[in-house]
Amino acid sequence: MSKRIRIVDTTLRDGMHSVAHRYTPEQMAGIAAAMDGAGIGTIEVSHGDGLGGSCIQYGRSAASDEVYLKAVGAVLTQARLAVLLLPGVGTKEDLDMAADLGAQVARIATHVTEADISEQHLGLAKRRGMEVMGFLMMAHMAPVESMVRNAEQMERYGADCVYVVDSAGYMLPEEVMQRVAALKGALQCRVGFHGHNNLGLAIGNTLAAIEAGVDVVDGSLRAMGAGGGNAPTETLVAVLARLGIETGIDLFKCLDAARLVEPFKDRARQGAEATLMLGYAGVYSSFLLHTARAAERFHLDAREILVELGRRRVVGGQEDMIIDVAYELSLKAGAE
Amino acid sequence: MDSRVNVAILGPGNIGTDLMYKVLRGRRIELAMMAGVIPESEGLARAASLGIATTAKGIDPILERDDIRLVFDCTGAKYHRAHAPRLKAAGKIAIDLTPAAIGPYVVPAVNMGEHFDSPNINLVTCGGQATIPIVAAVSRVAPVAYAEIVATISSKSAGPGTRQNIDEFTKTTARGVEIVGGAAKGKALIILNPAEPPIIMRNTIYCEVEKPVDEAAIRDSVNRMIEAVRSYVPGYRLRVPPLIKDRLVTTMVEVEGAADYLPRYSGNLDIITAAAVGVAEKLANHIVQGMQEANHV
Repeated sequence: MSKRIRIVDTTLRDGMHSVAHRYTPEQMAGIAAAMDGAGIGTIEVSHGDGLGGSCIQYGRSAASDEVYLKAVGAVLTQARLAVLLLPGVGTKEDLDMAADLGAQVARIATHVTEADISEQHLGLAKRRGMEVMGFLMMAHMAPVESMVRNAEQMERYGADCVYVVDSAGYMLPEEVMQRVAALKGALQCRVGFHGHNNLGLAIGNTLAAIEAGVDVVDGSLRAMGAGGGNAPTETLVAVLARLGIETGIDLFKCLDAARLVEPFKDRARQGAEATLMLGYAGVYSSFLLHTARAAERFHLDAREILVELGRRRVVGGQEDMIIDVAYELSLKAGAE
Repeated sequence: MDSRVNVAILGPGNIGTDLMYKVLRGRRIELAMMAGVIPESEGLARAASLGIATTAKGIDPILERDDIRLVFDCTGAKYHRAHAPRLKAAGKIAIDLTPAAIGPYVVPAVNMGEHFDSPNINLVTCGGQATIPIVAAVSRVAPVAYAEIVATISSKSAGPGTRQNIDEFTKTTARGVEIVGGAAKGKALIILNPAEPPIIMRNTIYCEVEKPVDEAAIRDSVNRMIEAVRSYVPGYRLRVPPLIKDRLVTTMVEVEGAADYLPRYSGNLDIITAAAVGVAEKLANHIVQGMQEANHV
């Protein structure tokens, strides 16, 4: 395995979930500058739920997308600025704004079976000259053939890369390999993998994806990300170096950058048990903090809420279902 | 004198066919014609078998019938833009089920009274029909600074039109939340859920009110609004009654379809055909009353 793997860092996007979307633009710029200096080539910046995601349903960010993009864009010297957009949440106007502010990579995310809602957004990003990555979220929820059909659609709409996204941190290494291999076999474009560490498998699953031929992988400093977080970028750099795989990232400088997020880490460590339950029940990782809040408000066990959400096959973005389920469980508990 | 008003349906697809069954149960409206452009359309065949006049020549046969006063347009935004001026010139009121948004947004339980004289009425979106009544119910009790709605529908009930232009849904619904719902600022999110069996449409409505609110007054207003919507959408139900925390009022409703033609889970489609009939009944009442008053003079 002597080759090169590209790492996209999502500390300032998925990692926003760990801080309830409250990084200040100055904090973001500081972390981004350190990552840029370490040689991280692509840095994603958005609300955790993508452009336009600042709202009651997902939590309001400390600043607007525009302010964050300006702050980070100003400090980058070599890294490409990336944004995430979920059709149904963000709009084409948001994407245009990001392109105007210099975002060079657009990641367009849909539930694994709903790629056809991304056509206009992928098309717009392409016309704006951006590199376009399609994100198939909650990949574990659809049969492999269905995932492949949706990936093919995204490629047809213009994606330069399509990701297998294990949003619930539910997948096992073998399942990751199977899905990545299926996409590598079906697509002309590149294939990516984005893992979550809910079952402690983010690094292992990323290695499985690499074994299966993946081209791009996601990481975040100190694993900052929804639920149990993502594959830690600094660990990826070290592990890939041992495997003889080039990442273009300086390990020491990457570790220095990771120190900058350390102060925010305590908050993210809350609820290790609930984190495991996300992965076990197959529930969208960003539900973690919302579930903890609902458990407190309705005097429930967060584990119970998560199992019920998994049973109902709730998809990404349905944070309101947490209140729905908690309300119903609290009525039942009251009746008992 | 006849107290029913003649109506026509333009576009005999899924929506038009579901609408047909609802119109046939109307109290004040009489389905005089079903018009399409494909002679072998299933919707036209169903209409013909029920003894309704049909045509595959599009809008022209409807324009030739002076007795037809209201026309439901279930074609598409592009087609409705062409139909609207012709219907207006022929003195017919258009009830637009497409996203063309030529006429004012109307949610029957909220603002029908303001638009009896409009030649064209637009029904916002399915999510708007389901959530704007709740925003309006809150805002008539306490001014709403910001309202955010989340509509979750089954993947199976989202047609290609919605899928290809999902921004149109979020933007139009957000505007409706402001203009009709009365929120100073609105935002809309839509989520498609592919679970099998398909989920029924569910909606969450968050309203941030300007000052501390009287909980009982909010609950009472929402309950009254639910009943008003249920008068034309029987499957509209409160799922979680208003939960109030500080200045945030969170309410959840679900919409089960009547299964007239479309499946029961597609409450999102049912609510817009039901709203169209709700509008037509109110317009018909208004027209009939106008005629009766004229006769008394």
